[in-house]
Amino acid sequence: MGGNMDELARVVRQTNAWACYDCGKCTATCPVARVGGGLSPRRQILGAVTGRPVAGSDGSLATCLTCGLCDERCPAKVRFTDLVLELRRLQGAAASEPECPHGGALQSMMRMQARGTTTQQRLGWLEPHHRVEPTSGAVFLWTGCTPYYDAFFPELGAATLGGTRAAVEVLNALGVEPVVSAEERCCGHDLLWNGDVSSFEALARHNLELVRSSGAEILVTPCAECLRTWRLDYPRHAQGELPRTVHLTELVAERLGELPLQGGGERRVTYQDPCRLGRHLGVFDAPRRVLEAVPGLHLEEMRRTGRRAQCCAGGTWSSCDRYAKAVQVDRLKEARATGAEVMVTACPKCQIHFLCAMKDPKLGDEIRIELRDVAELLAASLGSEGKGSDGH
Amino acid sequence: MSGNGWNPRILVFACNWCSYAGADTAGVSRIEHQPHFRTIRVMCSGRVEPAWVLRALEKGADGVLVSGCHFGDCHYIFGNHRAVEQFEKTMRIVRLLGIEEGRVRLEWISAAEGARFAQVIDEFTEQVRALGPSRLGSSLLSAFGEQLHLPPSPSPGRVGELKAES
Repeated sequence: MGGNMDELARVVRQTNAWACYDCGKCTATCPVARVGGGLSPRRQILGAVTGRPVAGSDGSLATCLTCGLCDERCPAKVRFTDLVLELRRLQGAAASEPECPHGGALQSMMRMQARGTTTQQRLGWLEPHHRVEPTSGAVFLWTGCTPYYDAFFPELGAATLGGTRAAVEVLNALGVEPVVSAEERCCGHDLLWNGDVSSFEALARHNLELVRSSGAEILVTPCAECLRTWRLDYPRHAQGELPRTVHLTELVAERLGELPLQGGGERRVTYQDPCRLGRHLGVFDAPRRVLEAVPGLHLEEMRRTGRRAQCCAGGTWSSCDRYAKAVQVDRLKEARATGAEVMVTACPKCQIHFLCAMKDPKLGDEIRIELRDVAELLAASLGSEGKGSDGH
Repeated sequence: MSGNGWNPRILVFACNWCSYAGADTAGVSRIEHQPHFRTIRVMCSGRVEPAWVLRALEKGADGVLVSGCHFGDCHYIFGNHRAVEQFEKTMRIVRLLGIEEGRVRLEWISAAEGARFAQVIDEFTEQVRALGPSRLGSSLLSAFGEQLHLPPSPSPGRVGELKAES
């Protein structure tokens, strides 16, 4: 990170890191630190402020979940999560790649999408009863990387595509035939958070033009990370106005009266606030209103909920270790403690990471719980007139 | 060789106990075959994970060949079965990305099968040649997309012929 002192100083000012008064609340709150991982946000901040960043000397920068809990607690309003983003960008500029989980396969896959020189075959998950538009329409459904994730994690049983299909069905039930494009490319969230800004920018330019040319007024997505990226990270790359960007639950919450929701029996559920939807974007109520509108569902909150919700330790595919596993196990135990049969998520990363933690052969039943996306619960409770010939 | 001077850049992952030895057998037996590949020796084909094949493709490899022991012969008993699982996962991603399936191949070649190694190399080279250069760019890029500079592709020759100059 040597010759970049001016850049580092700018980042320190921009993220308010200079305001740190060394109280240590960030490290005390950090989920990684609490389970014994060697991450100390306080040490990272002081390193950046004094011009001697620790990022290069230990691997802990890659273990930050970027969940934003430290930002919530910081009395001086230091934005550590943004600092991590910038430090990883500076690290990326120095072309030092951390050791990525899965060997970096997912980053390779995303960078190949960024290159943009191949034609993806990514719509095989669509079923005959799904009504979608190929290129233009008022509503654009941003599906995210779920086709790739389910291909990469077959042992999770096509879990994330269940949410994607359900999103189409819910939109159809609202009378919307969304654009689902074969030219959609990864939003670039993970590459951005891994420090690969040039690939992110290539993806952003492509995706912005794709959606602009569709004429869409609303971009709706079931993925919390895609939403964060579109809402917070894309605007500075956009030529002109972006469409309105919403999470599926936000759109549904506005139009609850129009959905023919029927009960599917009494079920206790608990809701996992994704860190990108919750703390990053401030969307806590919409998913809860949606769940409460489904007849027969009883929502039980976990002990740490809303702004205090614990991350799935998805970590933008930048690290995965036994500390991430411990974070996931704690959260699953918390979910089980509510007595809920189903843990409801609003982000495919949460689904993947909790299902992966449940593979543990020793903990077995102690942490097992049914994991569903909000969209799947909605789609399952649609009346028969709300679906096509054959629903779930 | 190709008229315009382009030759495929193929990466071969060969298991130590069978396929790499099979490649050696081809060499020792002075069997001629296409030279347009580089080999990475792995202890078992089951170690070849999707990330390796995807990274090779990302960096512009025109073709990737994974080769291991025949079923029942794996030095680690079931490693080649793991290779199949890993390879199927790799192929799903390759297809989703729109990369031609013919660029990636899984083969079983034993230590004694020098002739078969040569034959697979010849066939695969022609298969990849027919697909043309990788659409992901024929130059190598670093992990973050910086251009790396390569020496020019060596002039066409056949393995087994001595060349006067280096």
